[in-house]
Amino acid sequence: MPASLLTVAYITAGVLFIFSLSGLSTQESARRGNLFGILGMLIALGATAASGRVTGYGVLAIVVAIGAVIGALMALRVAMTSMPQLVAALHSFVGAAAVLVGFASYLDPGHQFTGVTASIHEVEVFVGVFIGAITFTGSVVAFGKLQGVIRSKPLTLPARHWLNLAIVGASLFLGARFLGVASPLGLVDLAVMAALASVLGVHLVMAIGGADMPVVVSMLNSYSGWAAAAAGFMLDNDLLIITGALVGSSGAILSYIMCKAMNRSIVNVIFGGFGAARGPAPAPGAAPAGEAVSVTASETADLLRGSKSVVVVPGYGMAVAQAQYPLYEVARILRDAGAKVRFAIHPVAGRLPGHMNVLLAEAKVPYDIVFEMDEVNEDFPGTDTVLVIGANDIVNPGALDDASSPIYGMPVLEVWKAKTTIVMKRSLATGYAGVDNPLFYKDNTRILFGDAKKNVDAILADLRATGSAAAAAE
Amino acid sequence: MKVGVPREVHAGERRVAATPDTTARLKKLGFDVLIESGAGEAASFPDAEYEKAGATLVSDVLELWSQADIVLKVHPPAENQAVQRHEADLLREGATLVSFFWPARNKELIERLAQRKVTVLAMDQVPRISRAQKLDALSSMANIAGYRAVIEAAGLFGRFFTGQMTAAGKVPPAKVLVIGAGVAGLAAIGAARGLGAIVRAFDTRPAVKEQVQSMGADFLELDFQEEGAGQGGYAKVMSKEFIAAEMALFAEQARDVDIIITTALIPGKPAPCLITEEMVESMQPGSVIVDLAAETGGNCALTKPGEVAREHGVAIVGYTDLPSRLAPTASQLYGNNLCHLLSDMGGAEGWRIDLDDEVTRGVLVLQDGELMWPPPKPKVAPGPKAVHKPAPSKSAAPPAAASAEAPRKGASVHGLRTALFLVIAAAALIGLGMVAPKELLSHVTVFVLACFVGWQVIWNVTPSLHTPLMSVTNAISGIILIGGMLEISGKVTSPVTILGAAAVLLATINISGGFLVTQRMLRMFHK
Repeated sequence: MPASLLTVAYITAGVLFIFSLSGLSTQESARRGNLFGILGMLIALGATAASGRVTGYGVLAIVVAIGAVIGALMALRVAMTSMPQLVAALHSFVGAAAVLVGFASYLDPGHQFTGVTASIHEVEVFVGVFIGAITFTGSVVAFGKLQGVIRSKPLTLPARHWLNLAIVGASLFLGARFLGVASPLGLVDLAVMAALASVLGVHLVMAIGGADMPVVVSMLNSYSGWAAAAAGFMLDNDLLIITGALVGSSGAILSYIMCKAMNRSIVNVIFGGFGAARGPAPAPGAAPAGEAVSVTASETADLLRGSKSVVVVPGYGMAVAQAQYPLYEVARILRDAGAKVRFAIHPVAGRLPGHMNVLLAEAKVPYDIVFEMDEVNEDFPGTDTVLVIGANDIVNPGALDDASSPIYGMPVLEVWKAKTTIVMKRSLATGYAGVDNPLFYKDNTRILFGDAKKNVDAILADLRATGSAAAAAE
Repeated sequence: MKVGVPREVHAGERRVAATPDTTARLKKLGFDVLIESGAGEAASFPDAEYEKAGATLVSDVLELWSQADIVLKVHPPAENQAVQRHEADLLREGATLVSFFWPARNKELIERLAQRKVTVLAMDQVPRISRAQKLDALSSMANIAGYRAVIEAAGLFGRFFTGQMTAAGKVPPAKVLVIGAGVAGLAAIGAARGLGAIVRAFDTRPAVKEQVQSMGADFLELDFQEEGAGQGGYAKVMSKEFIAAEMALFAEQARDVDIIITTALIPGKPAPCLITEEMVESMQPGSVIVDLAAETGGNCALTKPGEVAREHGVAIVGYTDLPSRLAPTASQLYGNNLCHLLSDMGGAEGWRIDLDDEVTRGVLVLQDGELMWPPPKPKVAPGPKAVHKPAPSKSAAPPAAASAEAPRKGASVHGLRTALFLVIAAAALIGLGMVAPKELLSHVTVFVLACFVGWQVIWNVTPSLHTPLMSVTNAISGIILIGGMLEISGKVTSPVTILGAAAVLLATINISGGFLVTQRMLRMFHK
């Protein structure tokens, strides 16, 4: 295949990838977008395989077949609640692949560079391996934390910022030495740097925990893109560069959105050790006055029956309790009875950007009744009942009016403006941010204590019973 | 403990401090309830109902006062004409009186009661905090007054409130202006909207705009910046310029509207005069003004407290007893407020005066004859209304003053950082341009453009698809497979080939896993 044809194929693939991402702008075009992505990938791989620069077809076929089967099995088996783990695992593969490609490219005797070009290639290799190694080990740790294998609590070593800085400094030093020698003499330096970068990746992610994981995962998503782009530079391959840049910016934007939704800077998330530094000291004078009023499942059902407009605010707790399935049944019954039922999703609800949407979609909740925070927030004053399930910090009024609150400034769902808010909770414990929630003590808030799944089941049973009673009476 | 409820002696008062319903609640709290015969008659609660609810009827008022440990009243103690005794002297020594009291206006009464060594709790002094809302009697009464004001206006107004298109012709809707959007104002807006009128409202506190609009009224605004929210969510006295602008607005509105309901009160000060004689004169004949501030001087220059004045063809209602004109509901709500207070103070069993309790401390005027009023300044001031304070008002708030320095400093650091970043970026670009070969630069071009394209495209992704976005980007970042492919063509045993093959394996997992799981997820999304 002539080189120009290969370039054209790469351009086509690059355009298809862009279409693929832009297809995700609406639910209607999303599936087509994914197909574009697959098509682009096939074109790119086919063209590369036919380019004449690849001759090891036997090895390629075997390895691709194994990889495809493993990937397919993972994709088909994964539970939707485990999506964050899967995504983290996939990130680690990209990172690892980038490291491997970097080493291979360095050792490949086929590459003959001289002068500036050689130095540039070495820099590219070095940077590519560095980013790849961080992505790899960081993602592995993220996977472990999400899977619950590693404690999710942030690890805060005493001089952790200095440690990070020392690793970066050592890597720079090794890089300078690496540039001075010809391949393959710098292999040791490269390997030591890869090991150091691996430690850095572990340490960076170990220091972040809990509900900051969505940011970590999107950040690693970004890194994996940059790793691919670095590989593109070292291999002189524009398609890799384009794809890497697309993925890199995608992850960066997601991290930005997540940070914005928590009203924190990315630096604060990565280096903050949020959640551990705070400890038990609540903001003085912020202790909410008043008492929480509890309510039973059947009272909740009564309230819902009398409501014309209902908004459901789910948090990760809902997914943990697997309450989304009965919850949708509840929503369906209310909708059939003529009520307007909507779901409101806070950007940081769940463990992955958009995670709640996927979980609700799995429970067959139609996406046109699922709304983003900004779409719903101004409608709360006209809402009769709000059901808050397994969420806490994202509905904390203190974020808006209490300047001493650690989450002050974070945009939240203003559920307290509705006529009545039912909060389903196990206890009045604080949320992830460790902040007491004045919402619980508001006059129009009722707490439904207990397991979310059981309570939603009870509400559902109650609604069904009266539904059939009414039908019988007719 | 015995709770006594005498008949109100204030002329024309129809309310009573306990209804049969609240009597039952007081019994539940463990109190014995003594009711003076006929106490609820004017509010349509016959004695028999109280008896059914468990109250003991007492026909001799002197006996009731002497037996009761806690006396619940609506008005402050006054001369009881029937027995020729002042109620303050009837109260047993050591007993507790709970009523509206207005301690600022009733210094003499306080002294008189202090000598009797009694405890006085003033229902008009409930602090404005969310916890105390359930016993905020002023709000209860203001709500009723606002509603009743509209009803009074409707009775005197010669036209429909709602516009109608009848076979006989068109009737325009009435236009109502409500001045002051506190509890009473909002209730008036609601009632007038309910009758179908066009309602406009004005308040010095721009923060209540949202509430006014949520009730269905237009919020009139001045082209003038001044925050009118004082402590505890009440209004404060405004500057001269503000008042001039405000008066111009009212003058303009007076010519247009049919009904004006004024509810402007400033705690501890005479009511501001907002509707001048000229404005009344400019109104259409047959218009109605209801002045809810009549008791403290009136918002209208021509208001006569307690009666309906007719000036320039306009009826000016100056009733000071609007809640009493809705006696059953007013009694019920006030009774509920009292029950909440008594319950919060421990009921009959745990009755005690807790000076650390903000609410109890707030309402306490006398404790066993000792003057406790006014209470020390509350620590937590913002009421439910202060929550919506708009940003500009922050400059006036004390905490913001201290931190005003910080953002400015932050801004300059930020500017410095941006400048530094630009310098470094420029230096890097120049350096790159000097040494880099053409090929690298073409890659950099592609890279930078791709970053921008990615930036643009990703912002269009709907947030509900962020998880599929991540898995699809995972899949396409498997494109690094190409890198592996280019390295596997050597000998199968060479380290380069092995490294390349391992990279291909991992990247393939990514590609197939990423695309398939994306497809699986997207299939779940349905309308």
